[in-house]
Amino acid sequence: MSKAAASRVTSTPGDNSVAALDVARVRADFPILSQQVFGQPLVYFDSAASAQKPRQVIEAMSHAYETCYANVHRGVHRMSQLTTDAFEAGREKVARLLNAGSADEIVFTRNATEAFNLVATCFAGAHMGQGDEVVISTLEHHANIVPWQMLRDRLGIVLRIVPIDDTGNFLVDDYEALLGPRTKLVAVTHVSNALGTVVPVKQVIDLAHARNISVLLDGCQAVPHMKVDVRALDADFYIFTGHKLYGPTGIGVLYGKSERLNALPPYQGGGEMIASVTFEKTTFKAPPHRFEAGTPPIVEVIGLGAAIDYVHGLGYEAIAAHEHGLRAYAETRLSRVPGLRIVGTAREKASIVSFVMDNAHPHDIGTIVDRAGVAVRTGHHCAQPLMQRLGVAATARASFALYNTREEVDVLTRALESVHEIFG
Amino acid sequence: MLDDLRELYQEVILDHGRHPRNLRRPSDANRHAHGHNPMCGDSVVVHVTVDEAGVIRDVAFEGKGCAISVASASLMTEVLKGKTETEATALFTGFHDMCTRDGESGAAEGSDLERLSVLSGVREFPMRVKCATLAWHTLNAALAGADNVTTE
Repeated sequence: MSKAAASRVTSTPGDNSVAALDVARVRADFPILSQQVFGQPLVYFDSAASAQKPRQVIEAMSHAYETCYANVHRGVHRMSQLTTDAFEAGREKVARLLNAGSADEIVFTRNATEAFNLVATCFAGAHMGQGDEVVISTLEHHANIVPWQMLRDRLGIVLRIVPIDDTGNFLVDDYEALLGPRTKLVAVTHVSNALGTVVPVKQVIDLAHARNISVLLDGCQAVPHMKVDVRALDADFYIFTGHKLYGPTGIGVLYGKSERLNALPPYQGGGEMIASVTFEKTTFKAPPHRFEAGTPPIVEVIGLGAAIDYVHGLGYEAIAAHEHGLRAYAETRLSRVPGLRIVGTAREKASIVSFVMDNAHPHDIGTIVDRAGVAVRTGHHCAQPLMQRLGVAATARASFALYNTREEVDVLTRALESVHEIFG
Repeated sequence: MLDDLRELYQEVILDHGRHPRNLRRPSDANRHAHGHNPMCGDSVVVHVTVDEAGVIRDVAFEGKGCAISVASASLMTEVLKGKTETEATALFTGFHDMCTRDGESGAAEGSDLERLSVLSGVREFPMRVKCATLAWHTLNAALAGADNVTTE
């Protein structure tokens, strides 16, 4: 693409510090974007639920199945060795993505939810008893609420909830006031999936560490949009999922500092996680394998590695600039639609715009814009306590990714105007 | 905008969605159930007053939801008064079929089922069938003596 054409698609006109994302070329990498829905070009604004996959990821996975596949960490045969190398190379890529100290700090799980359950189960097993406290926030996804509630019911731990203000800001002073002598873990989101709020996680971690409290961050909505450096943050645990980062489903990631992981007992028992087994006694491998019982998602890890390569190839700065430009444009356009109110206007946000409309329920909005080819998420976004706090049953949510364009925002805007025409 | 959408959001539905009938809690109701759609978080409470002869004397609902679910609950309360429990169950079956099966509903002109046929447009929107049937599932639970029902 020529320089002039490239500048046409940049989302930050006048900003020459960041190489603009070549959106036309990016879109050509995503085969699904040529699909039509109800005769209209697909406008995919639901990447926060699951992102689409570039050809590079699809091909890396097919290529693995066609040329390099066997079980890992087992046979002495050549194919097993090659597959193990490819699989462990995926772990190295994840470690570099997060700037972890070592690939041994990367545990693969089935999804982010399993990673939360792993930490809840193992951390409680090692460090928690009745009356100990876990601090979460009002912004959390159910995956970072329910595992702790299950522990509460089983062990008698106490859940403390950090409040937010009406615009969706995480209230740091209230958070600090919740940290007490019984607080064992802080588990909060990095970016809210429902509102896009970016939580000041560095401050969250520093305040907790000053009291010797460990911190787990939910990075599912952060990793697709921003460079995450777990060592600069000094996070103890960091979780994200592959399928929101343009990778496959079936693969989640738990980062844990070596000393934190070493202190935890195994999660599930089985093959792959043992050092030796007799009927009398089993000894366990060191992390990360201690937490990876059974055959892992081999090709999914290879696919995730390809997704990481893809994102790095474009560069986080260019992605962030593009997405922020899109969000600002969308907020301007959408706020002019009669009867539309944006829910969640925190000081710092990722590329998510949640909204409600007078007289039109989010489900009705979703159905109508769908007929214009636009996919948005409608509902409670697996964050029902947050919806209750905001006084809404549900919202419609448009989430923007590296392949979206302003023209697509215009399509959504027109569709929302027709919602207003129908419902008044 | 599009024919399917016009068929779904007919004037009758928009009217009942905006101004639901029998949105209240009758003091003499003797059957109640709470219905919940986990997908969207919508919930409805249906209150029924059934007399000794098994005739529905009053039916009302409380709750919030999308235009389809509110309109369906509202229309349901209008057609059920004076029906026996057996007739109510038969209407539910007929309505459910109409929302999920292709072809003519076979509802006789002027019948209750024909009144409900304004909702049959949901057939073209499979994700929305549960919105249209939530109130009816809840009614069924109330008549059967269950307290809770979900669309899952």
